[in-house]
Amino acid sequence: MPSLGADMDAGTLLEWYIKPGDAVHRGDIVAVVDTSKAEIEIEIFEDGVIDELLVAEGTRVPVGTVLATVHSSAGNGKPAVTAQPVAPAVTAEPVAPAVHLAPHEHRLRVSPVARRMAEQLGVDLSEVAGTGPDGAITKVDVERVSQAPAVAHAPAVAAPVAPPAPPVPPAPPPPSPDAGAAARQAAMRDAIGALMARSKREIPHYYLEREIDVSRGLAWLREANLARGVNDRLLPSVLLLRAVALAVTGLPELNGFWVDGAFRPADHVHLGVAISLRGGGLIAPALHNADRKSLDEVMAGVRDLVQRARAGRLRSSEMSDPTITVTNLGDRGVDLVHGVIYPPQVALVGFGAVRERPWAVDGMLTVRPIVSATLAADHRASDGHAGSRLLTLIDRWLKKPEEL
Amino acid sequence: MNGQELRDVVIRALTEVAPDVDPATIEADADLTEQLDIDSMDFLNIIVAIHEQTGIEIPERDYPKLSTLNDAIAYLDEAQMKGASSASSAGGSSG
Repeated sequence: MPSLGADMDAGTLLEWYIKPGDAVHRGDIVAVVDTSKAEIEIEIFEDGVIDELLVAEGTRVPVGTVLATVHSSAGNGKPAVTAQPVAPAVTAEPVAPAVHLAPHEHRLRVSPVARRMAEQLGVDLSEVAGTGPDGAITKVDVERVSQAPAVAHAPAVAAPVAPPAPPVPPAPPPPSPDAGAAARQAAMRDAIGALMARSKREIPHYYLEREIDVSRGLAWLREANLARGVNDRLLPSVLLLRAVALAVTGLPELNGFWVDGAFRPADHVHLGVAISLRGGGLIAPALHNADRKSLDEVMAGVRDLVQRARAGRLRSSEMSDPTITVTNLGDRGVDLVHGVIYPPQVALVGFGAVRERPWAVDGMLTVRPIVSATLAADHRASDGHAGSRLLTLIDRWLKKPEEL
Repeated sequence: MNGQELRDVVIRALTEVAPDVDPATIEADADLTEQLDIDSMDFLNIIVAIHEQTGIEIPERDYPKLSTLNDAIAYLDEAQMKGASSASSAGGSSG
C-alpha cells in the first residue's frame, strides 16, 4: 500500500484492474485505493507480469503492506505494488473480511463511485460506454446514461458481451449514501487536521506578501481568448500557476522536501494545485513538470486534475509527489492567503482575488487590476531573501505573459 | 430551442459541475456562482457544456450576462435568434 500523501496511514483496496498473469508496464493503473480523502488510482512502478494479488478487494491495510507480487523481466517474483516499504513486507491483518476475487475474462473497468451511482440509479453498467482511462466507466458516464431517454435501455436478452463486475463490498457498509458521505467528510477533516497540525507544529513558517499588477497579463489573456473557442480558453489562474513554476526553477531551496531532518531539493517542478472539493475538504494533487508545459498544457492539465479530483480519479503519483503547492482563493473573493505548508514540502504560494486598485506608475496615480501573491515557506530550508526573490520573479513573469 | 429546452440545457450543465445540487432549489434570479459555490473553472465547464448542447459560442466578455439562471436563458434565447437571422441573411433567402 503506497503512501498517497503525508496524511495517509492506511488505505482500502477497492478494486483490482489486473489479475495474475497480466503483463504490466511502469505507469499502468493497476488498482483503485480509497484513502480517507479520495479514491486514488494506483500506478505500478515496474515492468513485469503479475504473480499474485495479496490483498482482496474491500480490505483496508496499513501503508507499506505488500499488495501484489510481480515477476520482473529477471524472472523473480518480488513485492512491487508497495511504494516506500517503511517496514519490510508487512503482512497486515485485514481490517475487513477478505473477499475472493472472481476471475473475469472481460472485466468492466468501473470507478467505485460510478458503480455505487449505477446501483442507486439502476443503470446497467454493461450498456455504459466508458470515457475514463482505458475506457473505464466513470461517474460522468453513468450520469449521462441515466439522464438519456430510457428508450434505448431495454435490457439485452442475449448475454451481454461483458458481464458487469460484482459490486465491491465497501469496508464498513455505509447505512445510507448520506451517512457514507458524512463519514468520508469526517475522515477527510481528520486527515487534513492531522497534516496541518503537523505542519504548524514542525515547520517554522515565515510569510511574505507582494502585490502584483496583472493588467498586462489579463489584457494578453483577453486577446488570446478572443481567438479561441470555448474549449480552448485559458483562465487567469493558469498564468499564475505557470509564473510560479517558472519562478521556482531558479530557487531550489523552495522546491523539494524536508525529510529526516534535511532538505532534499527536487530536480523537477511538480506543482501541487489546491482543489476544493464540493461539500468541503481539499486535495492538492501534482501538475507534473509544470515548468516545462505550455500555457495550454497547464490549462488542460488543471482542468483534468479538477475534474478527476472531484470524480475521485486521481493517480497515486499525483498524490505523493508535488514539490511546491499553489492555492488560489481569488474566486472566493479573499484578498490574501496566509498558507499552511503541506509537509514534507517547504513552500506554498497563495493568490487572492484580482481587484481594481489605485496604483502609482511613474509618479502618476492610476487604476490597475492587482493580485496579492503570498508565500509561506519553511525557515529550515530557506530565508526571506530567497522567498522575496520568488515573489519578485513571479511578478516579473506575469509582466511578460507572451513568454509564459 | 424554446425557453423550457434552454432551461433544461442550463440546468444540466449546472448539475454536471455541481452534482450535489438539487435543480429544484436553484433560485432563478440569484447569482449562480454564489448559490452553487462554483469557481471560474466550474463556470468555464458550464459554458463548454452549454456550447456542446446548443452550438452557441459564448464570448468571454459576455460571461457576466449569464450570472443567473434567468439571465442565462434570456441570453441564449437571444443568441440563437441572432444566429438564426444572421444564418438566413447569409443564405440570401428572404423567406
